[in-house]
This record gives sequence, C-alpha cells and structure tokens, in this order.
Amino acid sequence: MAVRVQREDFDPGAEIAALSAGRTDAGALASFIGVVRQTPGAEPLVAMTLEHYPGMTERMLAEIEAAARDRWPILDCRIIHRYGRLVPGERIVLVAVASPHRAAAFEACQFLMDWLKTKAPFWKLEETATGSRWVDAQASDDAAAARWDVAAPARS
Amino acid sequence: MRLLYFAQMRQRIGCAEETVDPPAEVATVAALIDWLRGRGPVYAAALADDRAVKVAVNQVFARADAAVGPGDEVALFPPVTGG
Repeated sequence: MAVRVQREDFDPGAEIAALSAGRTDAGALASFIGVVRQTPGAEPLVAMTLEHYPGMTERMLAEIEAAARDRWPILDCRIIHRYGRLVPGERIVLVAVASPHRAAAFEACQFLMDWLKTKAPFWKLEETATGSRWVDAQASDDAAAARWDVAAPARS
Repeated sequence: MRLLYFAQMRQRIGCAEETVDPPAEVATVAALIDWLRGRGPVYAAALADDRAVKVAVNQVFARADAAVGPGDEVALFPPVTGG
C-alpha cells in the first residue's frame, strides 16, 4: 500500500530503499520529509497534535497519488502521514517518488505535498506552556496547490 | 443523517459526532448549514463564517449546492492544515 496514515514514526531510509528494491528502471528517487519545528521568535512549542478524518484521509491521499501518477511517469511512490501528539523535531510526513528521471521525481514530490496540504483532512493544534491554538490555513498553501492546475507536467 | 465535526468545529460545538433528522427541504449543504445555525447560538457561532466551514459528504469534498439527505455522512471542519 503506497498510502499510510499512522501514529508511529517511519524509517525514511527503509521507505526510500523499498521504492527501488528489486527494480532497475528507477533512475531517480526523490523525497520530502516534513518535521515539527519551532518558529524562531515565537513562544516555545511544546507539542503539535495532528487530528484527521479517518477514512476520508486515506481516500484523499489515494486520490492525490492517482493524480500524480496521471501527470508524471511514477514507478512507485509512498505517502506516509502521522497523526497524534508530536514534539518539535519529530517527523510528520513523508512523500517519496521513484521515476526514471529526476525532473519528474522532484516535481511529483512537490505536487504531492502541495495537494496534500490543501486537500487531505488533517488539522494541527499547537501546544505551548500558556495554552493551545489551532494552526490557521495559509493562503500561500492554496496558491502553491493552485499552480498545478495550469502547469504542464514534465515528460521525461 | 450522521454529522461529524473536526478540529475547531468539534471544540466549539462540543461533540465529535451526532445524528440529526432535518426536514426534507434541507436538501443541500448550504441549507443544512443554515438549518444547523438555527439550532442555537453555539452552532451559529461555530458556523458563522462560510469561508471557514469546509464540508465533505460521504468523505468527498462538497460545494454549497451539493445534495445531502438521510443516510449521508456529512463532515464539517475548518480549512485543512496538514503536511
């Protein structure tokens, strides 16, 4: 299964290695890992809790993967997204793509993340010493996702 | 009809899910939100801003004019912030 939604951490090396295991046609493996971070100058972040919509999440991630496969020559891919309470430094999400060439692998990774951020039903709750607040959606994320509506995919 | 609430929506309304039986004329997403607003100030406040309310019908994103009816699973939540 290329899409996984899980509470536990993942092993990036093992996931990426698995993409090309047993095949010789994947000339490019690209990946992105999102990590819980402390915003410089902001109140110290104690934890970030990710809530999601079980069922719809898996369905949307599978749709996003299918949309990427329509646009680029993807040999294999992984989308792993965690939920639950994570502390700064912990991994949140992995997308990884195997493709014959690098342009498609890079672009497909970027596309998967851009679409995931605006279409997958996850919500982040930031926890500090003084309380909790839900993270607001960013207009820049909408713009990043929208650019793929017009951009021509790389063919290689 | 089964309603699910997530994130801020769940906290403001005070429950994660409930079963409702709106009148037959409540047949679209927009009509359902209006009907929910009429259930009390807590709902009216949680659903006040149309742009801040996203809806999925049977786990698929739905626009304001999408159909809803008995037996549907309708989720209401704020704009997503994963990744």
